[in-house]
Amino acid sequence: MITLAISKGRILEEALPLLSRAGIEPEEDPRSSRKLVIPVDDREFRLLVIRAQDVPIYVEHGAADLGIAGKDVLLEQGSLNLYEPLDLGIARCRMVVAGRQDRSSHGKRPRVGTKYAETTRRFFAKRGTQVEIIPLSGSMELAPQVGLTDWIVDLVDTGNTLRANGLVVLDHIADISSRLVVNKGSMKMKHSAIGAVIDRLAAAASAAAVQAAARG
Amino acid sequence: MPGRSLDGVGLEAERWLLPAGIEETLPEEAEEMERLRRVLLDLFSSWGYRLVIPPFIEYLESLLTGTGRDLELKTFKLTDQLSGKLMGVRADMTPQVARIEARHLRNDQPARLCYLGTVLYSLPEGVSRSRSPIQLGAELYGHGGIESDCEVLCLMLETLRRAGVENVHLDLGHVGIFRGLAKQAGLGEQEERDVYDALQRKAVSEIDALLDSLPRPVSGMIRDLAGLNGGEAVLDLAAKRLTKASAEVRAALDSLRALSDALRDRIDGVPVHFDLAELRGYRYHTGVVFAAFVPGSGQEVARGGRYDNIGRDFGRARPATGFSADLKTLMRVGVPSAETRQQKGILAPWSAAPELQALVRKLRDAGERVVYALPGKEVDARSLGCTRRIVERKGEFHLTESDE
Repeated sequence: MITLAISKGRILEEALPLLSRAGIEPEEDPRSSRKLVIPVDDREFRLLVIRAQDVPIYVEHGAADLGIAGKDVLLEQGSLNLYEPLDLGIARCRMVVAGRQDRSSHGKRPRVGTKYAETTRRFFAKRGTQVEIIPLSGSMELAPQVGLTDWIVDLVDTGNTLRANGLVVLDHIADISSRLVVNKGSMKMKHSAIGAVIDRLAAAASAAAVQAAARG
Repeated sequence: MPGRSLDGVGLEAERWLLPAGIEETLPEEAEEMERLRRVLLDLFSSWGYRLVIPPFIEYLESLLTGTGRDLELKTFKLTDQLSGKLMGVRADMTPQVARIEARHLRNDQPARLCYLGTVLYSLPEGVSRSRSPIQLGAELYGHGGIESDCEVLCLMLETLRRAGVENVHLDLGHVGIFRGLAKQAGLGEQEERDVYDALQRKAVSEIDALLDSLPRPVSGMIRDLAGLNGGEAVLDLAAKRLTKASAEVRAALDSLRALSDALRDRIDGVPVHFDLAELRGYRYHTGVVFAAFVPGSGQEVARGGRYDNIGRDFGRARPATGFSADLKTLMRVGVPSAETRQQKGILAPWSAAPELQALVRKLRDAGERVVYALPGKEVDARSLGCTRRIVERKGEFHLTESDE
């Protein structure tokens, strides 16, 4: 039995076609099912549907052998004891620093609103900038408008929300996409089964990439 | 939340709360743990490993000599009022034992030492992990060949067997392979660390990005390491992929194969998995690295490897290899022995009769557990762990096999 942890939302939407291409067909549609454990057709496999931030924890502890997690979550949780052998190339976006066009922090310590406090701290430390981090959990774009923060660090896809709120991208932190993560013990003890799943998903991901490129 | 007090922490009702990752052990488990502790120390002794007891606390500068930054962050620190110097509570006993070997046991014979004791971590090794494990281990100094690696590896497996740990899988690697390739590629210190970090996670796309500018054969070989894991066939595959590697790298691969051959008839069918990108303890290991995994436990339950020259900073560089594990983890993943699960104590009446005192002493000397029923309270023999009684008949005391 192999268990794969995945989060609802965009990652699940984009992962389902890949899983299907790799021969992993859930018995029920995880997007609409209320079940948290979803068996897969061949019964040798099951999906756990959990929150995005919890995927690495489940996998690191071996509660799931495999997981699909955004690079943003992996960066934020840092020094995790797991493997991330495959970039699935799905749920792509960018992690950026954004703020108002008239960027000036008046020499004071800039305040940065984000739900990625650790990644933000590391990014600015590398740049040699001391910032004050304000932990926020949503609607980040509001914070600079009402003067709560100078900048925000958030994920950006099209950039429409930023524009609608009068913000611009000031800096690029990282390109984000979803990664396949693997528990260390599972990789060693179920090597042939896990290895086969990784190979099938790798093939599915590169086929999807070729298709996307052909579509232009 | 930094700078904010947490409501309720000081409350009367929560005074019993222990810090995160610090636990107490109740009688049933404590007795089993103590039994296991004795079994394992006897095992080490029967293999010729002699016990040392390093100090629980010492000056930070000696505690951390020759160790990495990770261990420094993991170490609890406090100021010694007598000297004004910083002291640390050990987070790993291995460097302490290496120091004892280097400073006190100066002869040319191979030395075998073992240890067992509580260590303290400021940072746990993972979520919900203990911060006060009971570390145990065995180290073999003064022999550089794979034979000594083979011996400590077999002792590690025997330790797991005695602890009732089943379905053990062995993982083998060699840090010399990546280290040699990094040298061949001329990686700088920071680059080497970045590639190491990506390799530890088998993050192939990141490795590719990092090695982009390097010449083809060597960057390809480093990248290949991420995929070189699996059964014994991996060694053959590696020999083919690494033909252009330096002599150092090929020697490392050869010694891994020699160890695998040496183990074959010694480990009784334990499945072996090879992983050439496994760089556990990279900064401090110098050769073979190994770990034991069991199903249901996502992380390794015992680990070890070669760490030659660790004693250099204490004036004596010698080859060294060893393993360590946590007694609490072994308790968690092992099947407890039948011996402690059934308690067969004896309940004795309270009496001034010298005959009773004599009988109780005789039974206790024979290793029996005898508990007096204190007067003034109804006594439940079972709750005292007693399944037998001493009863008085006509002024004589007899042992009965019933608790009634």
